[in-house]
Amino acid sequence: MTQPQPAAASPEHPAVLRLEARAAPSQAVAVLVSIVSVALALLVGGLVLLASGEDPIAVYRVMFTGAFGSRSSLAETLVKTIPLLLTGLGVGIAFRMQLWNIGAEGQLYLGAIAATGIALFVLPDAPASVLIPAMVLAGLAGGAVCGAIPGFLRARLGVNEIITSLMLNYVAILLADQLVHGPWRNPVGFGFPGTEQLPDAAWLPRWGTTRVHLGLAFGLVAALLVWVVLRRTRWGYEIGVMGGNERAARYAGMATARNILLVMAFSGALAGLAGMSEVAGIGHQLQRNLSPGYGYTAIIVAWLGHLHPAGITLVAFLLAGLLVGGDQIQMSMGLPAAIAPMLQGTILFFLLGGEALGRYRLVRRSPSAGPRPRAEAR
Amino acid sequence: MHAATVPHAIEMIGVTKRFGPVVANDGVDFAARPGEVHALVGENGAGKSTLMSILAGLYHPDAGVLSIHGEPVEFRSPRDAIDCGIGMVYQHFMLVDSFTVAENAILGARDAGIVLDTASAERDLARLGERYGLKVDSRARVWQLSVGEQQRVEIVRLLYRGAKILVFDEPTAVLTPQESADLIRTLRAMAAEGFCVVFISHKLDEVLAVADRVTVLRRGRAVATVEARTTDRRALARLMVGRDLLPGTSRSDSMVPHTGKDIRETILEIRDLRANGDKGLPALSGVDLDVHAGEILGVAGVAGNGQRELAETITGLRPVTGGRVRVNGTDMTNRPPGDIARAGVAHVPEDRLGTGLVPGADLTDNAIMRRYRRAPLARGPFLVRRAAAVFTDRLLAAHDVIAPGRTAPVRNLSGGNQQKLLLARELAGEPQLLVAVHPTRGVDVGAAETIHRLLREQQSRGAATLLISEDLDELLALADRIAVLYEGRIMGIVDARATDPDHLGLLMAGIAPAAASA
Repeated sequence: MTQPQPAAASPEHPAVLRLEARAAPSQAVAVLVSIVSVALALLVGGLVLLASGEDPIAVYRVMFTGAFGSRSSLAETLVKTIPLLLTGLGVGIAFRMQLWNIGAEGQLYLGAIAATGIALFVLPDAPASVLIPAMVLAGLAGGAVCGAIPGFLRARLGVNEIITSLMLNYVAILLADQLVHGPWRNPVGFGFPGTEQLPDAAWLPRWGTTRVHLGLAFGLVAALLVWVVLRRTRWGYEIGVMGGNERAARYAGMATARNILLVMAFSGALAGLAGMSEVAGIGHQLQRNLSPGYGYTAIIVAWLGHLHPAGITLVAFLLAGLLVGGDQIQMSMGLPAAIAPMLQGTILFFLLGGEALGRYRLVRRSPSAGPRPRAEAR
Repeated sequence: MHAATVPHAIEMIGVTKRFGPVVANDGVDFAARPGEVHALVGENGAGKSTLMSILAGLYHPDAGVLSIHGEPVEFRSPRDAIDCGIGMVYQHFMLVDSFTVAENAILGARDAGIVLDTASAERDLARLGERYGLKVDSRARVWQLSVGEQQRVEIVRLLYRGAKILVFDEPTAVLTPQESADLIRTLRAMAAEGFCVVFISHKLDEVLAVADRVTVLRRGRAVATVEARTTDRRALARLMVGRDLLPGTSRSDSMVPHTGKDIRETILEIRDLRANGDKGLPALSGVDLDVHAGEILGVAGVAGNGQRELAETITGLRPVTGGRVRVNGTDMTNRPPGDIARAGVAHVPEDRLGTGLVPGADLTDNAIMRRYRRAPLARGPFLVRRAAAVFTDRLLAAHDVIAPGRTAPVRNLSGGNQQKLLLARELAGEPQLLVAVHPTRGVDVGAAETIHRLLREQQSRGAATLLISEDLDELLALADRIAVLYEGRIMGIVDARATDPDHLGLLMAGIAPAAASA
């Protein structure tokens, strides 16, 4: 992988290791870096486990089998893949255009609110064949509106979308809170903050006895759709040009303001669909803490997946496994509640670090071969 | 100084630098002495910039040895090169606009201490300026200075920091003829004081006027180092391109006969055009111009007199604050750029990588920018990738664009090939009006020749061309009429065959000669 370096190190001075940017990171290097990153993360996590008196090997085994080891654990991992995949695709397509949509969490909540509203108050008696498509549209629309607001402000007024999309997260989450505590609260819910259960027709079909629901199909179709849009449509081409050089896009006659608005809405719609599928597939009601931060994890999913739909799908699945495995060690081994997030955090830390450092390489270089001391400088 | 006994200021032996499969420098030997002006010439992509970037500590060579004043060195960063007394003057100045000249000089000087001693810096700058004919007001803020003055600030700043080796990357590209002459005098004075001056340029006349020796690079190799006294333009050009230039294609008076000249329909009609510059100040203050079919209208002027704004208002990239732009009789004032392009207006912008191309995208994505909305590239909302590839291959072959392949990022092409790709794309639609801004700036002799031929072809095809350039020779060789912009107004429009550089120079300086009219 390394190119020949000039042998300029003089023997009387020790060589030092330095970071140097790689000209073009290769595929093989990227894979190797990921493997080394995970190995280092497990090593560091293992040290912490040892220090707290646990057997790291046993913990890791439970974690792995808990996520991927059996039919039912695999099913749970798939359940968590769904929201990560949909939100990851959403923020990924915005990032492609250099739009920093940090608002997937809020867009997810607004999609969930809209879908719940349809099921409970607009079409409560409709059959599934009407209600579920209506909820899908409502979820998409809810997320799209929530994404289009920062999009509009950015396109028309140049307002930074990072700030506005982030702030809208709080608005959306608090709106959901307000609804489940107030107007939409289940009157017979014993004071628990949550809406009534959705009508049966609103429940997404599940796969056998598992909790894997139709939302998985939504996610996979969305991934395919995003790939087709980016690679095979004129709009996807415009997204690429705008992400590469917005001035060139304007020069080429593209409607840049409209594209910013559309991409933010599209991005939000995918996150809104994630909210709809969480409500209709898992919770069957709108409740507090609907999402444990899927919309934020989505940012990591998108970047680790290199903003490519296939990569995002794979990373969503693996990160879902990390979440499920973490729950498992907490439940079945009785480990302290802090251990699982610690391990998750360590693995993510090393993965992201490896991702950044993979663009560099270590080179041995003698310090003496540098310039002479500052004799020439004044 | 005693050039014979003193070691070389710069000595590079066998320097090789690869970027992936591209070998930018292939075992280059280059040596420059203290007390000489050493010119480095070569086509774009010949490896001049890479070689100088290695000298500046920006790139690390894959092989080869670099010695400064006889001592082998290895630069890990630009800082190391600066500490070795190497100063670079780039085309884009590394100055902080809102700082004064003295503050810019202190900026980055390592042993400046905590308290800024601007008073002593001002004294030192005055002394240096006096000595080398680089007078600048050290209390002026950089944004108040002209381009030529800013360049002088760059140079004194390097001297202030103790640079002994100065590298100039196409320094005259941004200067007026008068400023260029001053710069050449300054460079000679510095060489006489024992500095080593490296001068990179495409303009062979200047090279011969300023340099003691000339090193020619071709395709990554140093093909010759010659004494400037014993060579001429023709010999240098032959060394650069490896063949003789066709007579009369680069600089000549031969004009292609105009077809349809008798019709002379007005393609572009501009009346009392007004627009603001980037800082919100008026940059165009009432411009009237007509460009006819089959005509090349040249626009001359010193940089910053409204040329860029003129091109951008015509093509819809900059809002018009007053007046009218008509294309083929249709009012196009303040229409979106896409509508204007569809009306048959092509645009070769001033900064090809900043406006005209997407540097990180591949050749295909850049080639189809004007075509992707139409069949056969578009089918409904879809983009037919195979048709895009076919279109791109045809474009590259027809215009002899040299590239590793159509999936390579445009960033990796040489400047000349980027410009050929851009021009090929813009001309593929057979535009009625071409707005070309500095189309051959920073482009090698061979590519410039191709670009000039393409512009003449537009003319014989009956298209109208607005050619904005700072190269008077180019304008005199290509244009039918030349309009001179000065402070956002047209100082005069002259017949290109009945004028000369002196007359244009007066107009460019804002002096209206009694006879300046056409």
